[in-house]
Amino acid sequence: MTTTETGLGSFLELTLKQHGSDPGRLVQILLDVQAHYSHVAPQVIEILAEGLGLTVGAVESTLDFYSFLTREPTGAYRILCSDNITDRMLGNQAIFDHMARRLGVSRGKVSADGLVSLDFTSCTGMCDQGPAILVNGIAVTKMTLHRADQICDLVRSRVPLAHWPSDLFRVEHNIRRADMLLAADFNPGSALRAAVEMGRDAYLAEVKRSNLRGRGGAGFTTGVKWEAARNARGDARYIVCNADEGEPGTFKDRVLLQFYAERVFEGMALAAFVVGAKLGLVYLRGEYLYMRAQLEEKLAELRAARLLGGTILGVQGFDFDIEIHMGAGAYICGEETALIESLEGKAGRPRIRPPFPVSVGYRGQPTVVNNVETLCKVTEIALHGGAWYEGFGTKQSTGTKVLSVAGDVERPGIYEYPFGVRIAQVLEDAGAKNPRAVQVSGAAGQCLTSREFGRRIAFEDVPTAGSIMVFGGHRDMFEVARNFAQFFQHESCGFCTPCRVGTTIQARIMAKIAAGHGTQYEMNELQHLCQVMRTASHCGLGLTAGTAITDMIDRFREDFEKRLARRDFEPAFDLDAALARAREITGRDDADSRLLSDA
Amino acid sequence: MNDYDRFVLDGRPVHFERGQSILEAALASGAYIPNLCHHPEFKPHGSCKLCTVKVNGRFGSACTIKAMPGQEVASDTPELNGIRRVLLQMLFVEGNHFCPGCERSGNCNLQALAYDLEMLTPHYQHFFPARELDASHPDVMLDFNRCIMCELCVRASRDFDGKNVFALAGRGTASHVVVNCPSGKLGDTDFALSDKAASVCPVGAILHKRVGFAVPIGERRYDLAPISAQVPTQQAEEA
Ligand SMILES: Cc1cc2nc3c(=O)[nH]c(=O)nc-3n(C[C@H](O)[C@H](O)[C@H](O)COP(=O)(O)O)c2cc1C
Ligand code: SF4
Ligand code: SF4
Ligand code: FES
Repeated sequence: MTTTETGLGSFLELTLKQHGSDPGRLVQILLDVQAHYSHVAPQVIEILAEGLGLTVGAVESTLDFYSFLTREPTGAYRILCSDNITDRMLGNQAIFDHMARRLGVSRGKVSADGLVSLDFTSCTGMCDQGPAILVNGIAVTKMTLHRADQICDLVRSRVPLAHWPSDLFRVEHNIRRADMLLAADFNPGSALRAAVEMGRDAYLAEVKRSNLRGRGGAGFTTGVKWEAARNARGDARYIVCNADEGEPGTFKDRVLLQFYAERVFEGMALAAFVVGAKLGLVYLRGEYLYMRAQLEEKLAELRAARLLGGTILGVQGFDFDIEIHMGAGAYICGEETALIESLEGKAGRPRIRPPFPVSVGYRGQPTVVNNVETLCKVTEIALHGGAWYEGFGTKQSTGTKVLSVAGDVERPGIYEYPFGVRIAQVLEDAGAKNPRAVQVSGAAGQCLTSREFGRRIAFEDVPTAGSIMVFGGHRDMFEVARNFAQFFQHESCGFCTPCRVGTTIQARIMAKIAAGHGTQYEMNELQHLCQVMRTASHCGLGLTAGTAITDMIDRFREDFEKRLARRDFEPAFDLDAALARAREITGRDDADSRLLSDA
Repeated sequence: MNDYDRFVLDGRPVHFERGQSILEAALASGAYIPNLCHHPEFKPHGSCKLCTVKVNGRFGSACTIKAMPGQEVASDTPELNGIRRVLLQMLFVEGNHFCPGCERSGNCNLQALAYDLEMLTPHYQHFFPARELDASHPDVMLDFNRCIMCELCVRASRDFDGKNVFALAGRGTASHVVVNCPSGKLGDTDFALSDKAASVCPVGAILHKRVGFAVPIGERRYDLAPISAQVPTQQAEEA
């Protein structure tokens, strides 16, 4: 369908109406338009700007920021292949090439008939069942050449996605080790009831007593965060569930949302009970669109059971409901202030902190942003108390942690352990095959060698947001580093100089080394860049964008050095390659049209 | 001066008013901290990171950190100036800055800082991006080749002129300033030469037409004295 067809006005009118013509819902509106028309055309931008009372530039600013939104039409079937290092290790390139050949389409392009487009995308959170792809935003896991053929046939015969065999869309939980959270039965409403019985101050005291720390990465004490939001001045308060889970290699929030959604939602209600919020927002990453309908159903059930809505559990004034907002392909939107910008319909550029969201957050009001897993943990505290909870884990890291384990292991999946577990234990349980390196906490985390496997998962030793990627003895750590460099280049929001430019320079240097033109000089450059980004960046993305790469240079120098040219310096500019275009234009390819290489 | 209204910058006490950032207080006292995206009349932005300092041993942006009594701020140190030099090099290679042919040469804050911090080469491989030129407006011309994404024009037009002529779009190195109208051309907006936004660009991306080279090169602002030595005059003019 093209936007010039009549009906454009009425579709947009309807969409705007559905979203209450609220400019704060711009990202949601653009996602609807993208899904309907496969792109957001110039005249659509004008209509939306007008209908929302925004400038054209404001709409463009949001539109151009998100990977899943495009100004140019994508194919009627848009296929995006997850490009995390674990997907690469499972052979995603071969599958990509196979589909490209069969569908007659090249990377980033649309087939001539407009039927299909094909590209790569950042980690889609299916590392335990990769290689994974997204078809029109819906996840397909465990790709094989056979499955690729099946999908190509379905696309070719223009079968609507709704009629594709459902086994293509099955997503497993792969829970391999369940502990106090994953193994426990949960009766929806039980945690809320317990908290209401205690009263909000007493429950907050229990949360503080438990010493629960946020599972999203930073490890901030949850009770303190809630208390700050409760005490902050504001006209309204909000609870945000951070389900952006963009950190490569992390997929535990996906499992919690898909199989433990009542816990997550009840955790939000508990937070609302304490801070006095009326509205909760789940920021669900675009890659998890497949579970949206199921989550909406769950919310409807909870409303029917009067665990959401007005006067919850008969408590006067305890009114709380939850909305789901979709992300649109931007890792930075996991950072809490960028996330809030996105919730407000804007590009996800991190705000200046302070003020922190607890005092000035969503729509300028006190806002609690918590990770999915954190919100599950607060239900345990409501049920069993803070002292009980504090009895698990270590002194500074209480309770259990859900880990996503992927890479060279026999049993990739979800492992829940009390904090303090040694990395070696995790590796043994997962059946790691001759592990050479472990990347903890995703591309932004740290890389450890076998000498460090005795260390413990805990905030006081090796902190992690949940990702453990294992690399076997035969793996080339340079390729891992290069994958991460490409990831950060793609995901930098572009706000601040060190990260915007630094991540690109870093990726270019890695490409130069990969092409065999790197020298010792480039190795030093990478380390220096990392230092500058770590010192001067505006947010966590830039601060950590060079960490894993320098870790790998320190620990696996040989993987880099075997690629280096045996010179002190090689120019970045390849004169002969630059002449290729001239040769192409003039149709020459004789010896005189080439510069002799001096090798 | 009492202890509760001053901090220490590079060993010297600096007085501050409540609510001032470290950068504001420093400039007001006549001390220079390098900066590009700061403007005394607009809310702090914190994107260029040239003002990176060390406050009680921790790095941060002087333009966004509030001045507090007893802070120990380090700014003019080899370590910080080294980082700033890299940031400048990043800005130079990211855009297309051919200073000898630029009307702003000698009046440009980017160039002036590069001289002042002794940035001798761009160091990194140039990106040579393809960027827009827009001469559609009768009095002002845009050359985004030189844009450093400081958003001063965005803020001036939105917060001061009340016109909202510019916006920052895109992500990562694809970030770019767009003109806020359906055609995307400055000539189709109500932008005027008298707008604040027409005169805030710290580099040569927003230029006034027909006044090129009125002051010859060699006699321009930063030809006469380095940027760091012009704090009082700069403050007086901008305020
Ligand atoms: C670049 C970046 C990405 C992040 N991504 C996530 C994410 O996907 N999920 C998450 O919960 N927290 C993420 N965070 C951390 C959040 O900013 C925030 O600290 C967290 O959501 C707070 O929740 P917690 O206290 O429950 O951990 C990210 C931070 C940064 C800097
Ligand atoms: S560090 Fe990177 S992601 Fe964070 S604000 Fe700066 S450019 Fe954006
Ligand atoms: S045009 Fe000038 S003022 Fe505007 S963002 Fe670019 S450099 Fe800054
Ligand atoms: S002046 Fe502080 S970041 Fe630009």
